[in-house]
Amino acid sequence: MTTADSTRTSERTAPGGPAEPRANDRPGLRTSGDRAAIARARLEKVITHLLILVGVVLSVFPFYWLAVMSTSTTAQIFGYPPRLTFGTSFAENLRNLFSSVDILSALVNTIIVSALCAVLVMFFDSLAAFAFAKYDFPGKNALFVLMIATFLIPGSLSLVPSFILMSKIGWVGTLQALIVPGAANAFGIFLLRQMASSSIPDELVESARIDGAGFFTIYRRIGVPMMRGGLAFLGIFTFITAWNDYVWPLIVLVDPNRQTLQTALQNLNSLYLTDYGMVMAGALVSVLPLIGVFIIGSRHFIANIAAGAIKG
Amino acid sequence: MSVMTTPPPVDAARAPAAAVPRTRARGWRGVLSHWPQYVAIAPFYVLFLVFGLFPIVFSIVLSFTDWDGMGEIRFAGLSQYIYLVQDSRFWNAVANTFIIWFLSTVPMLFLALVIAFLLHQNIRFRGFYRVAFFLPNVTSMVAMAIVFGSVFSDSFGLVNSALTALHVDSVPWLSSSLGIKVTIAVMVIWRFTGYNAIIYLAGLQSIPTDLYDAAKTDGASTWQIFTRVTIPMLRPIILFTVITSTVGGLSLFTEPQVLLGDAGGNGEAGMTIVLYQYNQAFTQFDFGYGSAIAWALFVLASVFAIINWRLLSERRDAPRRTGRKARS
Repeated sequence: MTTADSTRTSERTAPGGPAEPRANDRPGLRTSGDRAAIARARLEKVITHLLILVGVVLSVFPFYWLAVMSTSTTAQIFGYPPRLTFGTSFAENLRNLFSSVDILSALVNTIIVSALCAVLVMFFDSLAAFAFAKYDFPGKNALFVLMIATFLIPGSLSLVPSFILMSKIGWVGTLQALIVPGAANAFGIFLLRQMASSSIPDELVESARIDGAGFFTIYRRIGVPMMRGGLAFLGIFTFITAWNDYVWPLIVLVDPNRQTLQTALQNLNSLYLTDYGMVMAGALVSVLPLIGVFIIGSRHFIANIAAGAIKG
Repeated sequence: MSVMTTPPPVDAARAPAAAVPRTRARGWRGVLSHWPQYVAIAPFYVLFLVFGLFPIVFSIVLSFTDWDGMGEIRFAGLSQYIYLVQDSRFWNAVANTFIIWFLSTVPMLFLALVIAFLLHQNIRFRGFYRVAFFLPNVTSMVAMAIVFGSVFSDSFGLVNSALTALHVDSVPWLSSSLGIKVTIAVMVIWRFTGYNAIIYLAGLQSIPTDLYDAAKTDGASTWQIFTRVTIPMLRPIILFTVITSTVGGLSLFTEPQVLLGDAGGNGEAGMTIVLYQYNQAFTQFDFGYGSAIAWALFVLASVFAIINWRLLSERRDAPRRTGRKARS
């Protein structure tokens, strides 16, 4: 705000320059002209920041409002005028939450599924990516094109038959139904292959081969360390995606005692609609760990999302 | 793993790394000598065969049957598709999906472009701003749909409270046909504007500055620079965001399902195609019809993607993918 004020005053003094004693002093004039230009640039910056801040507030406000609601009673949430500051009922909402649904086991299930998905995807995708990036073998190009083509298949196409398949092999209601089908994916292989082919020097792989190292040794000693950045991103990305997955768990997790956070939250939402404070406490529990994971890895994460779009 | 890592030296000589051009042996001996690579890429293809390809083929079959998942599978010929063409509920879902797609995509991409421009200025706190804008994209949509449901609630919601305070009539956001669509569109905009802005920002940063300098020396105005330099250079990235928004928009499910339930709200005003598929397959247990809807969506999405592609890639003047020189 002080910058805005000083901007305005300096702009006002600039036209008044000639009335000042040193009006005909040329360097003095130039300085006041420069000052006006600087002031205008500063004003532009302030306006830019203000516009951005409006967007930031709109982006972040729903999270803030979620936190406010989860600390309020239902009566407070729907009171008029609405109160925009934190309440004092968080502990009570949390207690109600734990007595209504088994949110703890849903949380554990979600962590198991997300972590296993991330680890498996990182392992299988990096293996395949390394083979595609640094080795030549018969049928490689055709196999790679086939893999890219699977990108184009929308997930909703296989919801019904996948459910039938799961019921035939007895996986309906189990966590492996959420973990195994996605343990390797085209997205991660493509992403890591791009990174590996540009960042791992062929000479390094070649000299390791000449020293007698096999594929898996070279993968472990050279491939994994040099793909570390991409792997970190892929791990966080997979973790977040698995954590938020909703349609498939909704269909396949038929046992009310074995749910993930998302499906448990939806049950809570449809069964206890009257206790808003409690439902919001549940929503907060499902969102907070993820925000933590994201903020820890955010720098890397955002850079990779952007790079993927530019290159892809 | 280290057990299987020492191949005979012959192998190393016969199959050099990608750097050395094709000297590999032909035929089965060539294939066998590369077994570690096949083992490395196998998991993806095995999983795809079992959990990807098989379900897709099976869903074609299913769409020609009448099956509730329990009794006999009855072959039904084209009857599911004939029913689909005449099903007004299906076409309502198609219309809803496209209206919501339009209501969300146009403002979203415009706002994203504006935000990207603002962030592209050399300003402080850019890292913080990027995180804040990206945050909505990584959070669970179930939780946020519940939050938006309360914000847009007809009687006591935050938005209507604000309207009342301003002496404006409150809007039946969650019970009127347009209100439902706008609410869902707002959720989509909220979630994906930052994501698209980050992508545009990366695109802006990849435009070489000498292009701007040259335009400035030629006396181009800011608007001319924007329309003649920035937009053409961003074209491939805009195409990318339109395609991803289309794919995402046509498979909208979580927002309407959590907000309005399996029936899509009043008069099915929030019924989207995927929600209708879910409704028919998993609440009515009509697996045959559910599969037919899935294939109809696939056809619609393909046609729509091709139209988008044609419209946006007419002038392919911006050089793409110059940096990709993977040797392999």
